[in-house]
Amino acid sequence: MSFDAAYHEKKLNSVGTRPLRPDGVDKVTGKARYGADFNVPGQLVARVLRSPHAHARIVNIDTSRAEAAKGVKAVVTAADFPDLTNGNAEMYAILDNCMARNKVMYDGHAVAAVAAIDAKSARDALRLIKVEYEVLPHVVDVDAAMLPDAPVLNDSVFTGGVEPTPTTPSNVCNRAEFGHGDVEAGFAKADVIIERSYKTEQTHQGYIEPHACVATCNKDGTAELWVCTQGHFVFRQNCADLLGLDASKLRVTSSEIGGGFGGKTHVWTEPVALALSRKAGRSVKLVMAREEVFRASGPTSATSIDVKLGATKDGKITAGLATLRYTGGPYPGMWAELGAMTSFACYDLENVKTVGFEVLVNRPKVAAYRAPSAPMAAFAVESAVDELAHKIGMDAVDFRIKNAAQEGSKSSYGPVYGPIGIGPTLDAAKTHAHMSAPLGPNQGRGMACGFWFNFGGQTSSNMNIGMDGTVSISVGTIDVGGSRASMALIAAEELGISYDDIKVVIGDTNTLGYNDMTDGSRGTFSSSMATVSAARNAIEVMRKRAAITWDIPEEDVYWEDGHAKAAGSKYGNLSPLSVAEIAAESGNTGGPIAGHSELIADGAGVSFATHICDVEVDPETGSTSVIRYTVIQDAGKAVHPDYVEGQYQGGAAQGIGWALNEEYIYGEDGRLQNAGFLDYRVPVCSDLPMIDTQILEIPNPNHPYGVRGVGETSIVPPLAAIANAVSNAVGVRMSHVPVSPPRILAALKAEANG
Amino acid sequence: MRYERPETIDQATSLLAGAKGKAFVLAGGTDLLVRMKGDDFEAGLVVDIKSISGMRDIAETDEGFVIGAGVPCAALNEHAALHAAWPGVVEAANLIGSTQIQGRCTVSGNLCNASPAADSVPAMVAAGAQAKVSGPKGTRMVPVVDIPLAPGKTSLEKGEMIEAIVLPKRPARAGDAYLRFIPRTEMDIAVVGVGVNLTLGSDGTVETAHVALGAVGPKVVVAEAAAKTLVGTKLEDTALATLAAACSAASSPIDDKRGTVAFRKDVAGVLARRAARIAYDRAGEK
Ligand SMILES: Cc1cc2nc3c(=O)[nH]c(=O)nc-3n(C[C@H](O)[C@H](O)[C@H](O)COP(=O)(O)OP(=O)(O)OC[C@H]3O[C@@H](n4cnc5c(N)ncnc54)[C@H](O)[C@@H]3O)c2cc1C
Repeated sequence: MSFDAAYHEKKLNSVGTRPLRPDGVDKVTGKARYGADFNVPGQLVARVLRSPHAHARIVNIDTSRAEAAKGVKAVVTAADFPDLTNGNAEMYAILDNCMARNKVMYDGHAVAAVAAIDAKSARDALRLIKVEYEVLPHVVDVDAAMLPDAPVLNDSVFTGGVEPTPTTPSNVCNRAEFGHGDVEAGFAKADVIIERSYKTEQTHQGYIEPHACVATCNKDGTAELWVCTQGHFVFRQNCADLLGLDASKLRVTSSEIGGGFGGKTHVWTEPVALALSRKAGRSVKLVMAREEVFRASGPTSATSIDVKLGATKDGKITAGLATLRYTGGPYPGMWAELGAMTSFACYDLENVKTVGFEVLVNRPKVAAYRAPSAPMAAFAVESAVDELAHKIGMDAVDFRIKNAAQEGSKSSYGPVYGPIGIGPTLDAAKTHAHMSAPLGPNQGRGMACGFWFNFGGQTSSNMNIGMDGTVSISVGTIDVGGSRASMALIAAEELGISYDDIKVVIGDTNTLGYNDMTDGSRGTFSSSMATVSAARNAIEVMRKRAAITWDIPEEDVYWEDGHAKAAGSKYGNLSPLSVAEIAAESGNTGGPIAGHSELIADGAGVSFATHICDVEVDPETGSTSVIRYTVIQDAGKAVHPDYVEGQYQGGAAQGIGWALNEEYIYGEDGRLQNAGFLDYRVPVCSDLPMIDTQILEIPNPNHPYGVRGVGETSIVPPLAAIANAVSNAVGVRMSHVPVSPPRILAALKAEANG
Repeated sequence: MRYERPETIDQATSLLAGAKGKAFVLAGGTDLLVRMKGDDFEAGLVVDIKSISGMRDIAETDEGFVIGAGVPCAALNEHAALHAAWPGVVEAANLIGSTQIQGRCTVSGNLCNASPAADSVPAMVAAGAQAKVSGPKGTRMVPVVDIPLAPGKTSLEKGEMIEAIVLPKRPARAGDAYLRFIPRTEMDIAVVGVGVNLTLGSDGTVETAHVALGAVGPKVVVAEAAAKTLVGTKLEDTALATLAAACSAASSPIDDKRGTVAFRKDVAGVLARRAARIAYDRAGEK
């Protein structure tokens, strides 16, 4: 059935209200089942042996003593993962990351795994595995890895994106360029130019729930996986591909999820658990320890970025140039490319050029982290924009308003924008009470803007109308932030029934068609589109059933306010039929009533935000406290405003942590020094102020309710907003994130000493 | 691994003395239980001391305050006389972790864990606290400063445990304070910690001063020279500047994941200044 996804303004009854989320009580009372809460009879416990070296050749692995140990049921190494990737480099990287093949590429890289009858037997067995390493020189720093004499991680990597392709291998696996106009000509027209270099350190998504799964491989080639994931369909495909299973015979059920933020869009231990189960013939439970989560999953890129920006005295940016270097861990990715695309996306520039270099280092394979790559680029560009505004004596907000992109602007990464929210968020910032609140001693205010693309993609959902008129919906996008509540609101709006009469569940991989994962802020955008489509299909069925009940032509039945109604005066005495009434008769009118939807959700509207923050810095210790924070972001339409605000606040909180204290710290030996929440410092509650939010609603023309993704953009501005605020508080530009107390104090001393 | 819950000190020390393999005293368990979850932890015996009589009491005796080794830090805060006499020690103990941690953790455990960053230790050392150590050979009094030797190492011998911490009686016009630097607002490990203990003459001149520094060396640092600079002053600005410089000089920290050498030295001076000011004001109020 054709589906019109276009936005139509209408009066709303359910969408935009704030009912309680259906999963809330279970989560706060501990009843909700997360990854590690699932058990099956006879399951084994798995543990992974990890490399203590940043870079080493695996000379030999002897598992014989572990295999012979009491309680051990299976041991696997790379030998148990034959290469089925068929030349697909991306899949090969996933395979090698799950279990090191010839070399270990980072501290924490998996080299073997054990399944045993209990945790102690598994732990003891790990000690019996003897791995002989030939330690190789390593490199963890992005700039050092680009030097000609740096140890080369992979001698089959030649820089892509340059003509001609180089003949010597290097750690720079790709160069990507974006932009338009002529930056040199633009700089020639500038009255003021600034040129700066910035660095950001590697951070982890920091989800509270570690990766966990229970895998069962059966003799007949079927298998089951219970797992904490952001995308069970993607996990199914990846695991099936890596292990040579039929995707349809691998049933993946997603648990509740204790945070993912992009880090649970990638398989890590799941193929290992399945391989152990296949070998042992028993179910295998594998839960990562926190230390393993830090050492071997997650992190985002560390970066080094140069920005050159020119403007005329009256505040028009004449050219913008950025060179961005992003670490990808040991395997090629597209992190620098994303950074290069997003750098100047907030601005309408005549001349712009960005170049991204993707750099291999001996750190864990980089995973998506909430608007991946954009926060670092925004930190660099928004710091430079701020400094340039100061230099020409213009207010930081006014300067951005003057240069903001708008409908019709050609974006720095290519496309021409439709209706967008950057201008409105800046206007809202300008008039926000926060902007004019007085500041005390040692306090400073900063602001910054941010952009994220958003994504739509493949989506499938089912709606079943029960015989009592209540409705159940299965969606295939993992609920990471309240989307079940939003789906129920959308369905209530479409069907004209109560939110309380709708139950939304996340279907497993065998009950729905393929769904892309919950990434790219697509969960509510795409699944609500599919829910609207499914509801409209169900309404079609209900119209037919009403026609049968009344014995009148189908065309004479229309749907309004949750009821089938007979059109025209000739049926004057037919009272409208409710969903419940039609459902009650379904056994006599053609059987169960359902609506399905399989679609590609196109047209995810781009998203913009402006953040304002105030900090107070202790000039004697460099300690920073965030005393006020405001997020202004375009949501398109806030289906459930509480959970939109939650996304705004959550992204800001994570960005504040990144800006102030979070960082991966490596020793001289290339080993991670702070693989735990004690020394990897995410903010605790008392570190954060209440984060104020302002939701703007500039409808996305490509969604029936105008919805845009809201989950990611909120982490883009904070690095720059905080750094700008700190710089304004102490009078010294901070160009290295996190702006931790030692960095601030060192900068202040350097300034004082001239 | 064996778990024992003796009811007398003698039982506890003979269990510890007779243990084959490693034996651990279990007080609040906020360090030990975390360690036990680690892959490398091995122990033959754990002796829970919380059922030993008197272990959970704070007694005010002729010697001063005797704090049983099972007393949780939160209980120090609720003891009005102790709080009035040693506010610095009490606030240091109640910086440890969070409300939940403070309901379990002890100052003896904090001391015996022998972390250079332990919060209550510089405050206790500045206060001149003594540890009552019991063992198979009897009981001895040991200055708190002599218990830790190096990270994770104490001077306690096999079979020995701390039975109580003794804080001396307070004269009039005495005050103490403890400050630490952490990058966050709570649930963090001190990057620098400073305990200051002062007594004043009737005209407000400092008569005695003790300063101890945490997290700037392999164990708590007694900054004797720094403390001396305060004696005879009224904490004038120049006196505080001299104190800060002396504390920075007394620090011999390392660069690590928690801070740099330069940062720790600077902040040791800053905190010493601020803590001295608080201790001085407290002393003056009495
Ligand atoms: C979340 C969290 C936050 C923390 N925050 C801080 C902090 O801010 N500042 C800080 O300093 N510490 C902190 N700690 C560490 C810990 O809480 C403290 O060191 C605490 O004081 C230890 O006391 P306990 O009674 O729990 O010791 P336990 O864990 O019971 O014992 C610690 C060690 O001392 C030994 N021991 C204990 N009592 C005796 C005794 N009477 N005689 C001989 N040996 C003994 C034990 O065998 C063990 O080796 C934190 C810990 C956690 C888990």
